[in-house]
Amino acid sequence: MIISIASGKGGTGKTLVATSLALALKDNHKLRLLDGDVEEPNDHVFLKPDISGSEPVFIPVPRIDEARCTRCGKCAEVCAYNAIAVLGEHVLTFSELCHGCGACSYLCPEKAITEENRQTGVVEWGDADGIDFVQGKLTVGEAMAPPVIRQVKKHIDSEGIAIIDSPPGTSCPVVETIEGSDFCLLVTEPTPFGLNDLVLAVETVRQLGIACGVVLNRAGVGDDRVEEYCRQENIPILLTIPLDTEIARLYSRGITLVEGMPEWQEKFVGLFAKIKEIVDARSRSLKR
Amino acid sequence: MREVVVLSGKGGTGKTSIVGSLAALAKSKVLADCDVDAADLHLLLSPSVKQENEFWSGQLACIDEEKCTQCGLCQELCRFDAIKDYMVDPVACEGCGFCSHICPEEAITMRENMSGHWFISDTKYGPLVHARLGIAQENSGKLVAQVRQQARRIAQERGLEYTISDGPPGIGCPVISSLSGASLALMVAEPTLSGIHDLERVLGVSGHFGVPATVAINKYDLNEDNTRRIEDYCKEQGIEVAAKIPFDNAVTEAIVRGVPVVEYADGRVSREIVGLWGVISRP
Repeated sequence: MIISIASGKGGTGKTLVATSLALALKDNHKLRLLDGDVEEPNDHVFLKPDISGSEPVFIPVPRIDEARCTRCGKCAEVCAYNAIAVLGEHVLTFSELCHGCGACSYLCPEKAITEENRQTGVVEWGDADGIDFVQGKLTVGEAMAPPVIRQVKKHIDSEGIAIIDSPPGTSCPVVETIEGSDFCLLVTEPTPFGLNDLVLAVETVRQLGIACGVVLNRAGVGDDRVEEYCRQENIPILLTIPLDTEIARLYSRGITLVEGMPEWQEKFVGLFAKIKEIVDARSRSLKR
Repeated sequence: MREVVVLSGKGGTGKTSIVGSLAALAKSKVLADCDVDAADLHLLLSPSVKQENEFWSGQLACIDEEKCTQCGLCQELCRFDAIKDYMVDPVACEGCGFCSHICPEEAITMRENMSGHWFISDTKYGPLVHARLGIAQENSGKLVAQVRQQARRIAQERGLEYTISDGPPGIGCPVISSLSGASLALMVAEPTLSGIHDLERVLGVSGHFGVPATVAINKYDLNEDNTRRIEDYCKEQGIEVAAKIPFDNAVTEAIVRGVPVVEYADGRVSREIVGLWGVISRP
């Protein structure tokens, strides 16, 4: 089962939920935690994994063989990202704009384009106190997170439970991360900002046809419109975490909730039971 | 005209609350919400929309079933796994157009994609340019570029001194699009270990693009050891810490009421933000 953790708004507690859920389940399940927030991966700050392996993330970018090139301009014409320009006798490539689609090299009539790898990030894995841990990191200064996320997701093990921590927002990196999950847990806070962005996240999740539920974090901080919205939309609130400066202090020190306050262990086990119930019911109704 | 962009790396550190307050403090400015996929600034500024525009960007492959012979070449060559069973997955399609060029039957065309809206609005604090990216759409970086371009145009036409932008979290494409060529990046940091980690990465991005940065530590009293670590790090890097804003539930109360916190409360939070604007607007 693949459970993704997303939010719309940033800083609502995705990392807190992902790390504590993983810790609560690790002893009784085959479990892998994947940090798909490759721009700002934070799970490792809390879980301090021993990294035992890594692989670079590459985008294949064009390399022009000037001797073969006839400056016909086909490559520049087919490139949708303006990553190739033919200026007089020179062909310029802008590899940071290249998405690696391969059109230029395939379509070059002179076979004058080969591809070379440009590294844009890294995927690492290791053990975090019994949790099988994977994370992606986009290189600072690079723009495109989705290829790094795609490579992180190659490490999803179809057996057991995969928990994948998503970046904030609702655009392509989020879609890339949560697509294909069996359940998406949306972490929000009861403020107008939290609600506005939760609505966008729910629309995204529904468009992808993924079942979802809400974790309400910092309950008591704002108003009750998030709960009202969830009731109207029939979205279950599966866990409520109160506004508590002690929880915030633990978080600030990089201590997970279930380690800092062991009484939460049981609540996260319960959260998983509710998720499993929803996913199982959904797969039964799909079979019918 | 000076362009100030507010970033953070980590989400939820208080960018929008600070931008909303700067909106109330700065006299001559245009505001821009560059967090186009989870925009919140409008919730503090109560804009009235004056102009709504469609944002057409990027393309999507479209297969003509009549012409398609199911040869499978497009599926084989697409590197984004966007064609399955001779159908295009609009979410996975990156709009590269490779398939349209190689289809032997010329059954694939590329169609322009309407991926969002952008708005020019009036607020009691001045003009606001904002946007809404369509659900699950790509090209947020291009929409950010459009928002910035419009904000700069308005600033020039009306002779305004500042563009103040609320940026997205992260370090990727929309952040780079918000940041490149700006006069100043204000980084809002929180004194948590993850906040410090994320701050260092986003300062790496501003450094990479040669944009000067200044830091505001929000909720500094949540963990004063970590606040000192941020101050030490900034000192090492030659970056000014322009404000240390305490934790105060007045910030959330102001959000609930839909007003900038400097107009809601006159406590330490507001005093620090007034001081922060003093540092930013220092000649």
